[in-house]
Amino acid sequence: MSVNTEKKSAVLKERRTFDVGSWLIPFVAVLVAMFIAAVLMYLQGASPLTAYTSLLKSAFGSAPGIGKTLGKATPLVLSGLAVTIGLRAGLFNIGAQGQLISGALASAWAGYAIHGLPMAIHLPLALLIGAFFGSLTGLIAGALKAYRGIHEVISTIMLNSIVISLVDYLASGPFKEHGQPLTRTAPVLKSALVPKFFGLPLGFFIALALSYAVWWVFRRTTSGFRLETVGRNKNAAWYAGINVKRSILIAMAVGGAVAGLGGAVETLGITGRFEPAFNAGLGFDGITIALLGRANPLGIIPGAILIGGMRAGAASMQFDAGVAPEIVDLLMALILFFVSAPLLTRWLRRGKGAASSVTGGWGS
Amino acid sequence: MSQLKSKRNYLLIAVAAVFAYFYHKDGAVTTSVVSTAISFGLPLALAAMVGIMCERTGIVNIGIEGTMLISAFAAFFVASTVKSIIIGLIAAIVVGMLAGFLLALMAVSWRMDQIIAGTIINILATGLTSFLFKQGHTLPSAMPEIDIPVLQNIPFFGPVLFMHGPITYFGLIFIVFLWVALFHTVWGLRTRAVGEHPGSADTAGVSVLRLRYLNVTLAGAVGGIAGAFLSLELVGSFERGFTAGKGFTALALMIFGRWNPLGALAAAMFFGIAQAVTNQLMIDQVVNIPQQFVNMLPYVMTILVLAFAAGKVRPPAAEGQPYEKEQA
Amino acid sequence: MAPLLEVIGVSKQYPGVLANDDISLTVDSGEVVALLGENGAGKSTLVKAVFGLLRPDAGEIRIKGEPIVFGDTNAVIGRGVGMVHQHFQLVPVMSVAENIVLGDEPRRGGLLNMKKARAEVRALSERYGLAVDPAAMVEDLPVGMQQRIEILKALRKEVDLLILDEPTAVLTPQEIDEFLNVVRVLASQGVGIVLITHKLREVMAVADRVVVLRGGKVVGITTPKESNEEGLAQLMVGRSVVLRVNKGDAHPGKPVLTIKGLEVRDDRKLKAVDGVNLEVLSGEIVGVAGVEGNGQRELVEAICGMRPRAAGEVLVGGVPTENMHPHAVHLSGISHIPEDREKHGLVSSYSIADNLVLNQFDQEPFARGWIRNAGEITKNAHVLVKQFDIRTPSIKATAGTLSGGNMQKVIVARELSQDFHVLVAAQPTRGIDVGSIEFIHKQLIAARDRGAGVLLVSAELDEILSLSDRVAVMSGGKIVAVLDATGADRAYIGRLMAGLHD
Repeated sequence: MSVNTEKKSAVLKERRTFDVGSWLIPFVAVLVAMFIAAVLMYLQGASPLTAYTSLLKSAFGSAPGIGKTLGKATPLVLSGLAVTIGLRAGLFNIGAQGQLISGALASAWAGYAIHGLPMAIHLPLALLIGAFFGSLTGLIAGALKAYRGIHEVISTIMLNSIVISLVDYLASGPFKEHGQPLTRTAPVLKSALVPKFFGLPLGFFIALALSYAVWWVFRRTTSGFRLETVGRNKNAAWYAGINVKRSILIAMAVGGAVAGLGGAVETLGITGRFEPAFNAGLGFDGITIALLGRANPLGIIPGAILIGGMRAGAASMQFDAGVAPEIVDLLMALILFFVSAPLLTRWLRRGKGAASSVTGGWGS
Repeated sequence: MSQLKSKRNYLLIAVAAVFAYFYHKDGAVTTSVVSTAISFGLPLALAAMVGIMCERTGIVNIGIEGTMLISAFAAFFVASTVKSIIIGLIAAIVVGMLAGFLLALMAVSWRMDQIIAGTIINILATGLTSFLFKQGHTLPSAMPEIDIPVLQNIPFFGPVLFMHGPITYFGLIFIVFLWVALFHTVWGLRTRAVGEHPGSADTAGVSVLRLRYLNVTLAGAVGGIAGAFLSLELVGSFERGFTAGKGFTALALMIFGRWNPLGALAAAMFFGIAQAVTNQLMIDQVVNIPQQFVNMLPYVMTILVLAFAAGKVRPPAAEGQPYEKEQA
Repeated sequence: MAPLLEVIGVSKQYPGVLANDDISLTVDSGEVVALLGENGAGKSTLVKAVFGLLRPDAGEIRIKGEPIVFGDTNAVIGRGVGMVHQHFQLVPVMSVAENIVLGDEPRRGGLLNMKKARAEVRALSERYGLAVDPAAMVEDLPVGMQQRIEILKALRKEVDLLILDEPTAVLTPQEIDEFLNVVRVLASQGVGIVLITHKLREVMAVADRVVVLRGGKVVGITTPKESNEEGLAQLMVGRSVVLRVNKGDAHPGKPVLTIKGLEVRDDRKLKAVDGVNLEVLSGEIVGVAGVEGNGQRELVEAICGMRPRAAGEVLVGGVPTENMHPHAVHLSGISHIPEDREKHGLVSSYSIADNLVLNQFDQEPFARGWIRNAGEITKNAHVLVKQFDIRTPSIKATAGTLSGGNMQKVIVARELSQDFHVLVAAQPTRGIDVGSIEFIHKQLIAARDRGAGVLLVSAELDEILSLSDRVAVMSGGKIVAVLDATGADRAYIGRLMAGLHD
């Protein structure tokens, strides 16, 4: 494990990012996962058909439903994007969760504690503060990787737990709403709330624009090429004059900022205040979404909407079919499994599928 | 090497001296702190053994956390449903082996990226336990504490070492057993060869794939026992996200212990002591820090340990790389 | 009695290549059979077939008269066939005894009996006269000793047939002599030996029979007595030998590359380059000859900024270059063909076009400010693919899909299409096809004729002698002599490489 980056990287020759082949694979992965979940529901005595119909109807069947779905999808697009940026640069950032929560709390604080600003300043400021603290959280993992060779999977998981404790302390202590028993901050001022746009959350469009921007940066700019080269062959990147350490720092900082923005958009657009339980799991969903989208900044959008819909419809699914809303967690896990395991690839391509590798061993 | 050993001996003497001092000052509290430290350290140590068994054959196992989580779940719910602790324990071992086998399947046969394979296990375990979890289950009985006759009467060492639950005894014995196995048996020699240079083992007629499957699956069983320890012996219940990152901390301990079972055990006990001492200080109100910061302690220590160990340890050379026979 | 090994009409087709084409041969006890052929002649395919590692499309392989079962390597090993691989199959962090007994370990109760293992190793080494220290760590031993351990490992299994795959590639001339003695001893004890090699001198020295492979076919079976080196070489390459390179006289000018008092440490922190001074003039090719592992790799890496220089300086046109910064060194005028093309030279999942601008992707005209210029990148690729004869269906194909020779041409094209004063070529033709070799040789000479100073490092003495204007011989981390290439005496160079003639 890698602790000794230089030596190990000499062994690792090349990393491939995903075999950006058939888009059929994510599609089939979702179907297979839904089928298995259906079997489990059936075994629990619920009707899968009722459950899925209810899910579909409540998530996509009405304008408010779609609004809610897109609202749920917004932080998912952003956390998926955070993981994607890491994957492109050869890093497996599974700390989007911590980065997102940092951003959520920081933006909530900026939203309730800063007074007297017009919306045109307050809202962007609160969003930026959220992104900044997300970025900081990511940067810590980046620095640990670049300077101490600590694998980002471990450091980001540890940082997730540290951040969760820290925000819990802050939300139940210094940042706690006065005179309330609950662990939560005061509500965000009106001037920092993300408005709706024809009934649709504006945050969603910010997320879309950001996805496009990231896609464009990777496709057209030298910065994107730098990160991607580091992700694909660190040795060749270093040899060609690319500062590998700086690239790791940038990828983690930018990824963290995007995740932090996800937390901020969620806080300022949906929940209106910070409460620890609000954001549970959003960052982990980002892993599934990024892999489902084949680490393509635009490809993650449909996956995020799909999973946003599941999250949005889970409550009514429980009401109509008696299925626990945690079925969505299970679905996500199954989707992740089927989309990453090469068996689907092999099956769909009759054995031609290449094994995909993003991270190599500890040494990466 | 000898310099390292003498350094270690000094450290051991220093630690013993500190304990002797505290024991002299307050025997009961010191005994209870050290005994608690063993209970805190044991699951970490066992989880680190999972990592060692896998990585010594060249498979990175980042799915220890998920393996423990789902086994802890299985142990608790099976035990409370069929009203038998033993069957709960067996269920945990079976589920742990399944998780190990799944990792072997993904990492060895499908040649997937091992970090992603492990992450899949973690997320699968989280999803499954979170979906299947039901409130209101209780264990038929607590795991019995077994006090070893005679030995338990030794001052300090008696209560510290010989008044624990059965899984604790098993765990401590297993760790010593694993150390012997790794360095003094045929299995150990082959395991280390496969982890360092699979081609050498393969050309000597050792099946790399079979040994990797065996070790990763057996390691899963150990992870299952670690999970069962948490839900059946240490806590006696189960919650969502119950393992709280122990599987990741264990990887850091494995590295810090240089992939050596006894080294990892020492590192785990160090973590256990740190936590037990902090708890005691909180109880005695010697220090008054918010509980959240106490909770952060193992995570911060994990990062510090890794930052400290960086560049000083050498992992098994073939770690993380799928083996292709054609290359040999 | 049936021969030890019989290969009868074995054929194996890979996509695009017929790797083995109706090969037949036999090996008897106590006989040394040399399997001679160039890279790609089909030697390793045949060996894999013998071990049951791959299934031939046609033909049969028999050991002591019994056909082997494909897929069951252990059965083949069990019938007394051993192999010493070209790349050592040893665990560096384990002891000699542990390595030798691996796979068939002496036990005592449930435990490993290391005492018995060490005793066995001692007995074995006495029986064959191969002295080793059973307790030593393999990683601490010199290469020749490691090979000895490989041989002992094979012998411990009571082999009747021993296959030696390119056994002398990394040995010094003395180690080679020792090794050839070992082969003779083994044969005299009744072991049948297959020696896979492309080195004619060894074949002439120990073989009883020579089987020459070319393009997957057996093109001749002869004995050293009935043949000579020239004849064998001609059989092996299929045309008049020695890659004669047409080159005019050198017109050396001013020094372009100056190496002063360079000291470099290897991965194990041992001194690998020990006070090297060397000058390369514009318009000449200086070849560095030496047995692999005598500091050549470290020398090149230190020159090119890929490995820290512990002491000394590297100057280009009199200007010092930066330490440990390959790109800065590149910009100061050194183009470099790195030894490990897939690790450093290319990003194999990138297109050929992107690889052709890999170290200038952010410079004009390939980028305007922050934006990459796809048009210029494409144009550049089309020009270079044509100019450097890179065989590819498209410039968008990923580099990983190319053959070794064409990958190397991508690197050569990128490096030679930029401004440079010095070209450092490390093993530029290793493992590539003959056509590409010739092409790259011509490019090196063309670079020289355009006024660059070329430093060529190669393990192939023939390549050094045919291309270089001056030859620097490296041994034990030092440049032990610098000679004029014209009229240089091979035997003399060989002795210098071996560290004799101080």
